[in-house]
Amino acid sequence: MNTSPPSPEASARPAGLRRQAEALASALPPLMADARHLAATVQLGQHGRRRSGMGDEFWQYRPAHAGDGARAIDWRRSGRADQQFVREKEWQAAQSVHLWVDDARSMEFTGDPKRQAKADRARLLALALAVLLIRAGERVGLADPVAPPRSGEVQLLRLAQALTRPAGEADFGAPEARAILPGSRAVFISDFMADPAAVEAALGHAADRGVRGVLLQVLDPVEEAFPFDGRTIFESMGGTVAHETRKAGDLRDRYLARLAERKARLSALAAQAGWLFTTHHTGDPAQGALLWLYAALGKGR
Amino acid sequence: MLILGPIGFTLPWLLWGLVVLPVLWLLLRAVPPAPIRRRFPGVALLLGLKDEDHQADRTPWWLLLLRMLAVAALILGFAGPVLNPDVKAAGNGPLMIVVDGSWADARDWSSRSGRIAAALTEAGRAGRTAALVSLTDLPPGGPVFTAADAVAERLPSVQPMPWEPDAAAMQGLAAALPEGGFETLWLSDGLDRDGRAALAGALAAKGPVTVVESPRDVRALGGAQIADGKVNARVLRARSDIAMTADVVAHGLDPSGIERELARVTARFEAGSGEAEASFDLPPELRNRVTRLEIANETTAGAVALTDDALKRRKVALVTAGAGQEGLELLSPDHYLRQALAPTADLIDGTLTDVLVASPDVIIMADVGRVPETEALLDWIDEGGLLVRFAGPHLASTDVGRDTLDPLLPVRLRTGGRAVGGTMSWGEPKALAPFEEGSPFFGLAIPPDVTVTAQILAQPGPDLADATIARLADGTPLVTRRQVTDGQIVLFHVSANAEWSSLPLSGLFVQMLERLAVSGRASRPEAEELAGTTWKPEKVLDAFGTLGEADEMPGVAGEVLADPVIGPDLRPGLYASGDRRLALNAVAADRTLTAATWPAGVTVEGLAVARELPLKGWFLVAALAMLLADIIAALAVGGRLGRASRGVTPAIALVLAFAVAPSDLRAQQDEAALVREAGNVVLAHVLTGDRETDRVAEAGLWGLSEVLFARTSVEPVEPVGVNLETDELSVFTFLYWPVTADQKAPTPAAYAKLNRYLHTGGMILFDTRDADVAGFGSASPEGKRLQALAAPLDIPPLEILPKDHVLTRAFYLVQDFPGRFSGAPLWVEAAPPDAEQVEGMPFRNLNDNVTPVVIGGNDWASAWAVDENGQYMFPVGRGLGGERQREIAYRFGVNLIMHVLTGNYKSDQVHVPALLERLGQ
Repeated sequence: MNTSPPSPEASARPAGLRRQAEALASALPPLMADARHLAATVQLGQHGRRRSGMGDEFWQYRPAHAGDGARAIDWRRSGRADQQFVREKEWQAAQSVHLWVDDARSMEFTGDPKRQAKADRARLLALALAVLLIRAGERVGLADPVAPPRSGEVQLLRLAQALTRPAGEADFGAPEARAILPGSRAVFISDFMADPAAVEAALGHAADRGVRGVLLQVLDPVEEAFPFDGRTIFESMGGTVAHETRKAGDLRDRYLARLAERKARLSALAAQAGWLFTTHHTGDPAQGALLWLYAALGKGR
Repeated sequence: MLILGPIGFTLPWLLWGLVVLPVLWLLLRAVPPAPIRRRFPGVALLLGLKDEDHQADRTPWWLLLLRMLAVAALILGFAGPVLNPDVKAAGNGPLMIVVDGSWADARDWSSRSGRIAAALTEAGRAGRTAALVSLTDLPPGGPVFTAADAVAERLPSVQPMPWEPDAAAMQGLAAALPEGGFETLWLSDGLDRDGRAALAGALAAKGPVTVVESPRDVRALGGAQIADGKVNARVLRARSDIAMTADVVAHGLDPSGIERELARVTARFEAGSGEAEASFDLPPELRNRVTRLEIANETTAGAVALTDDALKRRKVALVTAGAGQEGLELLSPDHYLRQALAPTADLIDGTLTDVLVASPDVIIMADVGRVPETEALLDWIDEGGLLVRFAGPHLASTDVGRDTLDPLLPVRLRTGGRAVGGTMSWGEPKALAPFEEGSPFFGLAIPPDVTVTAQILAQPGPDLADATIARLADGTPLVTRRQVTDGQIVLFHVSANAEWSSLPLSGLFVQMLERLAVSGRASRPEAEELAGTTWKPEKVLDAFGTLGEADEMPGVAGEVLADPVIGPDLRPGLYASGDRRLALNAVAADRTLTAATWPAGVTVEGLAVARELPLKGWFLVAALAMLLADIIAALAVGGRLGRASRGVTPAIALVLAFAVAPSDLRAQQDEAALVREAGNVVLAHVLTGDRETDRVAEAGLWGLSEVLFARTSVEPVEPVGVNLETDELSVFTFLYWPVTADQKAPTPAAYAKLNRYLHTGGMILFDTRDADVAGFGSASPEGKRLQALAAPLDIPPLEILPKDHVLTRAFYLVQDFPGRFSGAPLWVEAAPPDAEQVEGMPFRNLNDNVTPVVIGGNDWASAWAVDENGQYMFPVGRGLGGERQREIAYRFGVNLIMHVLTGNYKSDQVHVPALLERLGQ
């Protein structure tokens, strides 16, 4: 009766917090679930390091050589034979992997409302890769200082949170290479529609520090096909860049030539820096790209 | 109004709008199609690219032309184009419209009132006054000219009447015509009648007279009469130039009380004759039911003839002498009479006193000697009664009419009877002599086996020959008749049972009775009989020949009905007094129709004037269609119709695509496909028309083809869907037929093809796909549909797949045949009944050929189905067990195809030891 209603300021804070939390939570579980689901398909057949070394998991018993300390001998096993055996663990040396997922506006494009946007696919691939890597004991982080590489399941949550940040304002994104640790691995996922000079600079910076990695170009099938005709004004997703044509159909061949040129250039850049490059289309299943990413990272290990 | 050839324009000044078309051309040409704004990240790659040409800068010429035409059609449409413009010089002065308003107008009344409305509208436009006069419904104070619009409002209340204009009324109108000159439009019904010429003359004196007459002839029915058991109706017509026919229909209630057409005859008019006769030869049962006759397709009161008592069933009273012998029905004097009369007459039983109260039409007395109630009976005969008597032992043993003429007998009788041809008498039984002309029985065929062995003889006299209407071969009378005032007395000189003659046993007896009963019908009451009676209208006819209730009409005195003049006070219809009914028809029985003739100087035109056809709507529709086409074309030019749209062809293709909806997923087999299908193993599935089912079937066969390719030497190419109607089946070895509940049955031609396919070694796997919900064979919808679909197929007897069937070992050793579901039994061609297991052999020697059908419900296609990425489309079971089930499903598929391709090869004894070893135990 005589209790006054709470002031707007008092109620707004918890409500606003909760709203944000709900928005975050609503995006996270599906992304996490998708990523785990996707990662689960890769699990089979890819076993750890397959080498003996430091680690927790049992790897093999081997006959003791001269030079093996007495503490190294596994007495339980040796007791069953005349020989002495050493219990070896699987090597679990961790490596740092930096992910950079383009969050520019151009990644929000999808040529078909029923198809995933490029950004969604890129995030999914990145997180699924992170799941795989963390499961394998690696340390995974982002290329920017927000989430430095760590291991463990909690890092996954952190990564998912960082990846579902709202998109940046820029129309086209440039790779981030400042926070990459020397000697680590890097994964750049983007549509690489921006000026390739930025990519070149980032790759140079990374190569200088002995970082190797992969470039994954995510494109919408519409971007590959250019199925437009008639008088058209093309705008970038942010609306900052526009191009008007009277016969879009006539531009198709030249556009495709330029796209091929762009891919060739990226491929060449990657080859120079010892990186790997491929193109993935959102119309295809994500599994293939994830497999490729995982294999590419495993290469040269 | 501007007139160009056959087209006139009501608003010609709008045509000046056509002048702006060239300006519009220039304007439209200068404005290119609006651009589409698209969000596209690839724009970064487009920067700096120049357009190669500027063609699309301007709208293409054909699009411009389309728009020009659309605008031109709009302008022309709004200018009010009219085909066959009516440019008659408008008259002036008042307009008098005269309508006959008789029943003859009713048939085309709507066009008449349309013509009147047109004339009134025209008069209203010209500002003329008008008057509307219906000759059957004259205004009390003579015609008055008022504004045409006011007259038009009154038009719906002017209706035709079921009578004809009265000559006196027309004279009155001629006398009461308004002062001053006026123009007259007379819508004539086409019949000539007294007073018409005088009125036409009077009208012509006032001004020009235009007569509108329908070119159709007027026809009418002049009442129905009964003569010699036939219903005859006079069919009349007004124009008697050419020979033609008219259908006359008898309507009546059927036994269930529903009115329907009972009979139809065609009356034939000779050239030059205005009268024809429609003669209905109806069985009495039908004739009694007839309620009205009418000329087919002639909806006027004149074309309807109502029937009354004259066509009704007779009331016949049977009077016999006492109770007679009990239990001997065939000997009963009235047994044969009852049999003969019951179908056609209402029989009344009882003593004479009782039946006289019921006032029957006919009284039949079989073997009655002396009649005590002679007086009452005579009175009844005087009023038109028909007394029919039969002789018999009683009558023969009395002395009635022996000495003098008995009032209830037609002739004097001789004492005693006469027996011929009996055991105690000489001579042969007598036959009947042919009926003489003038006898009511004239024309009846006499069966040769009708003989008379005993009779009562008449006393010879001068009038005996006149009274005799039937006689025996020796000239003695068999039936005699005497007229008594209005009635008559008929005596059969034989008994009514079969004791004295075989007449009652023959059909002739029935026909003679019918002739007598018919000639004794209730005739039309005479004037003196009608005097003093009051008749209440029961139903009345309107001008259109429909019977309506007459609840509020006053009764009519009998004197009026004696000489009826149909008019407002005496409407045609059915009148009743007591239980007597009297029909009054719109056309008197003696009426003849004559076509109207008009004096010179009167313009006569038909009802249908050359109709103005406003073209505005058509022009506007054309403009709209062109604008719609313009939308599609503009979309095509602007690149908004999608990738494939360049130029005009896609727009046309789009329209065509909508017009010709694809009826089938698969085009007809072309030659290349035939060669491919004939040269390879092709798994085929029957197209069911259900897209999802067809898709799954195709994917399933695709999966099975992959498995076959991988595991066996059978290397099938891509599976195809088969349209049973159009495709050649002989190139396929195996058809998978998923059965859906609403599948359309193939045509007989397709069934013939299927049967040929089955006879020549093809196999069909029917899959009801419902094993999860129904045990196979129970009444699932698919199961029922399968039964219906397979009924016309030539399928041998089936049995549940026996354990030693070759399908269990054609490639893999399998014992059950799961698909996506498992457990439902599989049906194959039954083993021959003499198949027996030979000692030492593991399998019976079964059929020597491939089972033509395999029927089951396990939804194999879903278990086999893989999508384009090679993934299984549907889950099967759970976990490893499910995967095992899918594997078995594939193995069944492999076995099935192997069985189709190799027949009973695996039944060969060569393999028995190895198979035994593998089977273990």
